[in-house]
Amino acid sequence: MSTRLPTGGRLIDRSKRLGFTFNGKQYQGFAGDTLAAALLANDQVLMGRSFKYHRPRGVVASGAEEPNALVGLGEGGRFEPNQRATTTELFDGLTAISQNHWPTLDYDVGAVNAGLSRFLPAGFYYKTFIHPRAAWKHLFEPFIRKSAGLGKPSNPGDPDRYEHAFVHVDLLIVGGGIAGLQAALTAAGTGAKVLLLEQEAHWGGRAPVDGAEIEGEPADVWIKRAVETLENAPNVTLRTRCMGSGVYDHGYALAYERCTDHTPGAAGPRHRLWRIRAGQIITATGALERPLSFPGNDRPGVMLASAVRDYIVNYGVSPGDRVVVVTNNDDAYRTALAVNDSGLSVACIVDARPSAEGPLAQACRDAGIRVESGKAICGVGTHSKRLKSVDICAQAGEGAVLETIDCEVVAMSGGWSPVVHLWSHCGGKLLWSEDNFHFYPDVTRFPTSDNGAQYVRTAGIASGAMLTEQVLEDASKNAVAALADLGHSAEAWRPSATGVEEAKMAPVWVMPQGASKAKKSKMWLDFQNDVKVSDVELAAQEGYQSVEHTKRYTTLGMATDQGKLSNINGLAVLSGALNQPIPQTGTTTFRPPYTPISMGAIAGPGTGNTFQPLRKTPIHAWHEANGADWEPVGQWRRPYCYTKAGESREAAVSREVRNTRKSLGLLDASTLGKLLVAGPDAGKFLDMLYTNMMSTLAPGKCRYGLMCNENGFLMDDGVVARIDETTFLVHTTSGGADHIHAHMEDWLQCEWWDWKVYTANLTEQYAQIAVVGPNGRKLLEKLGGMDVSKDTLPFMQWADGTLAGIPARIFRISFSGELSYEIAVPANRGLELWEKIVEAGAEWNITPYGTEALHVMRAEKGFIMIGDETDGTVIPQDLNLHWAISKKKGDFLGKRAQQRSHMASADRWKLVGLETIDGSVLPDGAYALGEGSNANGQRNTQGRVTSTYHSPTLGRGIAMGLVHNGPERMGEVIKFNKVDGSTVEAKIVDPVFYDKDGEKQNV
Amino acid sequence: MLKFTCPYCGIEASETELHAGGEAHLKRYGPGSADEEFEGYLFLRKNPKGVHLERWRHAMGCGKWFLAARHTSTLEVFGTYPAQTHEPPAEILEKIRAKYPEALK
Repeated sequence: MSTRLPTGGRLIDRSKRLGFTFNGKQYQGFAGDTLAAALLANDQVLMGRSFKYHRPRGVVASGAEEPNALVGLGEGGRFEPNQRATTTELFDGLTAISQNHWPTLDYDVGAVNAGLSRFLPAGFYYKTFIHPRAAWKHLFEPFIRKSAGLGKPSNPGDPDRYEHAFVHVDLLIVGGGIAGLQAALTAAGTGAKVLLLEQEAHWGGRAPVDGAEIEGEPADVWIKRAVETLENAPNVTLRTRCMGSGVYDHGYALAYERCTDHTPGAAGPRHRLWRIRAGQIITATGALERPLSFPGNDRPGVMLASAVRDYIVNYGVSPGDRVVVVTNNDDAYRTALAVNDSGLSVACIVDARPSAEGPLAQACRDAGIRVESGKAICGVGTHSKRLKSVDICAQAGEGAVLETIDCEVVAMSGGWSPVVHLWSHCGGKLLWSEDNFHFYPDVTRFPTSDNGAQYVRTAGIASGAMLTEQVLEDASKNAVAALADLGHSAEAWRPSATGVEEAKMAPVWVMPQGASKAKKSKMWLDFQNDVKVSDVELAAQEGYQSVEHTKRYTTLGMATDQGKLSNINGLAVLSGALNQPIPQTGTTTFRPPYTPISMGAIAGPGTGNTFQPLRKTPIHAWHEANGADWEPVGQWRRPYCYTKAGESREAAVSREVRNTRKSLGLLDASTLGKLLVAGPDAGKFLDMLYTNMMSTLAPGKCRYGLMCNENGFLMDDGVVARIDETTFLVHTTSGGADHIHAHMEDWLQCEWWDWKVYTANLTEQYAQIAVVGPNGRKLLEKLGGMDVSKDTLPFMQWADGTLAGIPARIFRISFSGELSYEIAVPANRGLELWEKIVEAGAEWNITPYGTEALHVMRAEKGFIMIGDETDGTVIPQDLNLHWAISKKKGDFLGKRAQQRSHMASADRWKLVGLETIDGSVLPDGAYALGEGSNANGQRNTQGRVTSTYHSPTLGRGIAMGLVHNGPERMGEVIKFNKVDGSTVEAKIVDPVFYDKDGEKQNV
Repeated sequence: MLKFTCPYCGIEASETELHAGGEAHLKRYGPGSADEEFEGYLFLRKNPKGVHLERWRHAMGCGKWFLAARHTSTLEVFGTYPAQTHEPPAEILEKIRAKYPEALK
């Protein structure tokens, strides 16, 4: 069993007991524990279940690379899934639950998957669920959906605060082990602004656990002094619990600080995302130990050798009384010594190398520890999901058992891989070491910044420097180089350090090397995703050669740990199966973040009301107070309709349309885009922008225009008013104001830069109110101040004046087909005018209407709407708008494109009106069924619905649509599909359903 | 995240302040042009792995379009310059050719 040792534990404070729960059960730990350490101290070895087979899993690592011990932390709004127990600091009252099991961690029904594992080989998703087709929908998909996903999402209503911090620094150092500290010390005396980040709560990394001595003293002493020096250096900022998560272009980097995860409810943000722009970046990110691939290596009790050492030395926790160390290198002997020093017993060191004669092996032998070289583990015995024994065989053989050794723990080490993630994020390349059998940074192929020079360097073991003195030397050298690039000169120095010589390691990718297929199907590469040696070999056999393809086919390295433990072993197995050297296989791509970061940190303060700006018209508050049913239009909110007590949306829209057509309606049109285009060449410019002629428009008059892009497709429409000889006011769609303004600036700045034109977006400077309906003129006359008679202000003209005491510009334009005045006033007078109109209009039952009534009325008139009748593939000719396309102009944007053969063809889908035979409303977006089917067996189509509404005016469904050669097929009845599979018949008619001659708007 | 110095307002701006606009120095072909010319103008882009002249707008800043000479793989920026020109300034061209003699040919 695992338990707390009577003494030891450099990170814990035995005087401070903390209570916590795991799966509802009460436990105690000490301040300084991680959750994983505290669980082990309480003999809770089983911490999770694997993803695919739901196999019982114990903790395997002690840090960020942990694949197994993932838990759900906290409760309610603070619940967070998939948190690694190894990086979760214990606090009083912590609650954790295990994941991926049902009904309990100890007894999991899903574990039957494990018995079926030979039926779930690599790529089984692609192989298994193809036939019969019907089984996918009713059998496979529901089952997969139920078992898919790792952890549960948190409940809504996260009470915590998250923030973003923006900093510019000269030198960013990621990693606060001895390499990162040495790099920072090198920079501390210079004027460079330095930021040093450490992902854990403690400085110094692994050096103290590994027994390093610096300047003649234990590493802990040197680390403490170094941190004190740095804390006193005014140019250095230090952050713990802050993980450098990604390196991006031109010196940009992100870091993820867990500010109050360990003190929940404390003041301040829970997580902080650091958005850093650095001149130079040093990644001192250390290395990760690799597992060994022997049969049964996923059993609870099998751990990384370094993790066993960490639990004993850092937390005073014994993972078990009897430990078997299995290794291909000298470092694992340090674990044997640590186990021995703590009073536990090392049953045997199983070394796969033919001989083990280094100083560390000698030290173990001197301590009376049994060392077996040339040996391997070929099987494990378990009892109640716990390790009971291991079978020993010759590494060179096929796995004939020589001996069975009783033990509770296997401490395995397959060698160390430098953490090259951050080096690789922005293009740093790697080399393969034939000494240490790992990938390490190729210093000649580095990431480059905007000045073309190197901006990322590695330091210490992240560079592949394995021994303490090499680590310090490398950190100093790279810090000096980075500082030199920043224009600071620093002295290259390093403290003295003594390390132990290590004998050369041996590459061992499969244990024993001649293992049978059956044995290989018990060797786990990826513990979380259940990928085994046999799966990778099967992928290779089935023709997968690229490591990227193999990854996706087998799911190797695709779990939340992103292959931190499995990657190198997996690609070594793939290389073996493909019979090619490892560097030729290469690695998969390293992508940020290094370890998962919370969605809260990514969102930062941008949630709820601050997610994006909300644009409000000057009349917004009135709408809100008067029953507005809001609709988002871009970043604006516009009333969809105004519902009265007990009234449905449909009834409100009908009432608004009927009252407007019969008497008087009122629309807040302030969101309409209003762009000023001025200058001697303004007319010439608008002639290029619009398909029709604008330069001939007389001052005082309005003209409807169409705007196309260079592809010929319709992008916006609206009414242009000529203010004077050199000034135009361009109205755009509500959603189009910003991008049409940008479009104008693009052409003015980049193509016609010698034209004398100035543009300004005045959208928010004016409130615009549409007074619509047969009583509109009477209302304006009642308000008084301007002559709005037909003779003085006819249709498609505008006039300046003072209306009801407010300076106003009145446009006689209509989007409803009724007599209509659009009145623009300074934005700060908008609400005043609106309220005056509402008051004066009472005698005509004035009815404010929303966007839906606007849509219905324009559809009754056959007016197009950008975004409904257009979708980026529609040209004005498709909408029968030839009358608005100038034949006189030699050029306008889109003209050349519209001359292309397909655009100029008469054989296109064109705009028509559609009337259902039964009077119903056609489904939006429905397709008109054609004859026969296409090459994919899909029914041919001959048109589609673009706008469809119930018309209160006509008392029936009306629609517009694009139909193949539609205008030539008036009166023909065609069929449209419905979602339920049935069809509905509609007659092709003129798209103008109401007041075809336009008499009402022109009175 | 790339950064460029806007040649108008002099601010070193992060990509989030900017709007990318694709290849620079396109020659516009309008009515009367041949199909091949128009196709080239509308659709065919160099998209090199190498030195590229491209359009950027300081959209969240001064609003001006500017042009940048950038290596698409090393991300080196050789300079930025105003959009009202048909070719990069001589000193930017020199800088590019000193390092990549075969670029922009």
